[in-house]
Amino acid sequence: MSVSESGQADGRGGLARRFWRSVFRGPVYPRDDRERKWIVVNNLILHFRPLRLPARTLKYTHTFGLGGMSLVLFLLLAATGILLMFVYEPSPERAYYSILALENEVFFGKLVRNIHHWSANFLIAVVFLHLLRVYFTGGYHAPRQFNWLIGLALLLCVLVSNFTGYLLPWDQLSYWAITICTGMIGYVPLIGDWLQGVIRGGPEIGSATLINFYTFHTTVVPVLLIVLMAWHFWRVRKAHGVVIPRAPGEQLEGKPESVLALPNLLMREFAVALALVAFVMAFSVFVNAPLDEAANPGMSPNPAKAPWYFVGFQELLFHFHGLFAVVVIPLLVAATLVLLPYLRYDGPAEGVWFASRKGRRLGAAAAAIALVVTPLWVVLDEYWIDYAAWLSSLPPEVREGALPFVVLLAALVGVYMVIKRRFEASRGEAIQAAFILLVVAFAILTVTGVWFRGAGMALAWPWNL
Amino acid sequence: MMSERRPESEIGEPDGAAGTPSRRSFLWKIWLGLGGLALLEYVWLAADFLRPRRGGAAEDAESIIVAGPVERFDLGSVTAFPAGKFYLARLGNGGFLALSRECTHLGCTVPWIGDEARFVCPCHSSAYDIRGDVLDPPAPRPLDSYAVRIENGIVKVDVSRPLKRRSFEYAQVVLP
Repeated sequence: MSVSESGQADGRGGLARRFWRSVFRGPVYPRDDRERKWIVVNNLILHFRPLRLPARTLKYTHTFGLGGMSLVLFLLLAATGILLMFVYEPSPERAYYSILALENEVFFGKLVRNIHHWSANFLIAVVFLHLLRVYFTGGYHAPRQFNWLIGLALLLCVLVSNFTGYLLPWDQLSYWAITICTGMIGYVPLIGDWLQGVIRGGPEIGSATLINFYTFHTTVVPVLLIVLMAWHFWRVRKAHGVVIPRAPGEQLEGKPESVLALPNLLMREFAVALALVAFVMAFSVFVNAPLDEAANPGMSPNPAKAPWYFVGFQELLFHFHGLFAVVVIPLLVAATLVLLPYLRYDGPAEGVWFASRKGRRLGAAAAAIALVVTPLWVVLDEYWIDYAAWLSSLPPEVREGALPFVVLLAALVGVYMVIKRRFEASRGEAIQAAFILLVVAFAILTVTGVWFRGAGMALAWPWNL
Repeated sequence: MMSERRPESEIGEPDGAAGTPSRRSFLWKIWLGLGGLALLEYVWLAADFLRPRRGGAAEDAESIIVAGPVERFDLGSVTAFPAGKFYLARLGNGGFLALSRECTHLGCTVPWIGDEARFVCPCHSSAYDIRGDVLDPPAPRPLDSYAVRIENGIVKVDVSRPLKRRSFEYAQVVLP
């Protein structure tokens, strides 16, 4: 695969040419497929990508380019984040004023902060959609099982990164959001107070909290992300690219027709990257990142909300005792996500959107159930359900925690059994329907918390907030 | 990394000489153990660096706040002490109670609403009465209290440690 003339050319030509040849030992502007292959195999970064891939996986609506978009957003975040580090001062006295200085005195400071802020928020949305895409096209079956877990670790890192970054401006918004979220940790049994102390660096949010968050945000998490991303991409390559798309019922026969990654895949990805960068830039020019008054530990704003990606969990706190909203339910969700690729499924389901035609219908039904039941439950809980008055003899952990939890779990199992028995669904289709039900319910809880909770976190219409 | 077992068998088995495989695998295990130990040491070190630092500048500040003479506080009044982050409540019977201003639900700062005679949290509308007892959930327990001392008619509050309470009891009230 080596290019013979490069070896001979080493000793020839002037100094500049010899230097150039020492850096680029092969073709830089490939003219044919042989040279293109040489570049992909010999370039450090491109080597993480597959050399060839099945032609059918190139279709944009198969992946929507969400994985690549995540990487592009990460690169934007790294580039702008490094710039921000030159201006930002991580101390409670200076942090807010360094942000003000950044916005008002630094050349394009506001734009750089906007790009960082919006890239981070888009990243949360994009990685979540990426997870959904992989799940609904069955991309978590063997040999991609472990890469699903690496993906989950990446999702966790992205969440931690966003969360730790949220505190840094040290305005009212960030101070109280972090107060609420670290306050949730206090509900963890036995180790809650200790864990809260470690994360805050002391009994309350202050200088130690800011240093902890700053270090995680600018060093620990980015390094973890880079390592995990490299591993994630490498595993995609070892699985011969992403899962091959199929129509429901279609069988794949023989070896799929394959094409070279350069130019077929890489040029497409480059186009998506350029479009995304253009979009983020334009968005950041017109929409400013929020910045509230400087943090005031003596005055909580009303309402005080968690960052939007945790508002779903905050919303759970209105319907469950903290022990269940903060510990039991999130742990169950995490355990389910980890176990998903290792459950036993009947029949191959990878490559088909929503597993099968029946899977699509059942999924739509599950989404419809969640769309009706979740808002109904939220409204009933606000205006009618009053566990404390009805069941005053039970401890709050049971009447506001275990009881509603068991009822909802039983309802979910009931839906699963009905789908499985009544509609004779395969296990994959039934699990997928339950998964869709939970995802839609969580999305509705998030929407409720963001747009339908006003003063005192009472239910309100978005236009009255 | 640590759980990868292949190198052990590769090193240990092919070399047919008696005694050698077991020594090799023994040494390999030693190295593995030392590596694991080094990793544990780093984790331990990191945990120590992350441990909450007590006794910092803020903690050294006055832990005993002098609130003032008893007669300055009216019966049924609540006075805020921002420096100590607490409220001094004087109950109808003349007793004193120092209440933390942190909501026990998620830690927001609760303002005293004088007209309604209750503390109302702006974050999730938990409400407490003048004794810190929960009037409205989601607050799981009454406001934390601080130790109050009355010396020569002067009210003093020790803010070094908040006391968690399951419910209000008259024993918590300090009478002048």
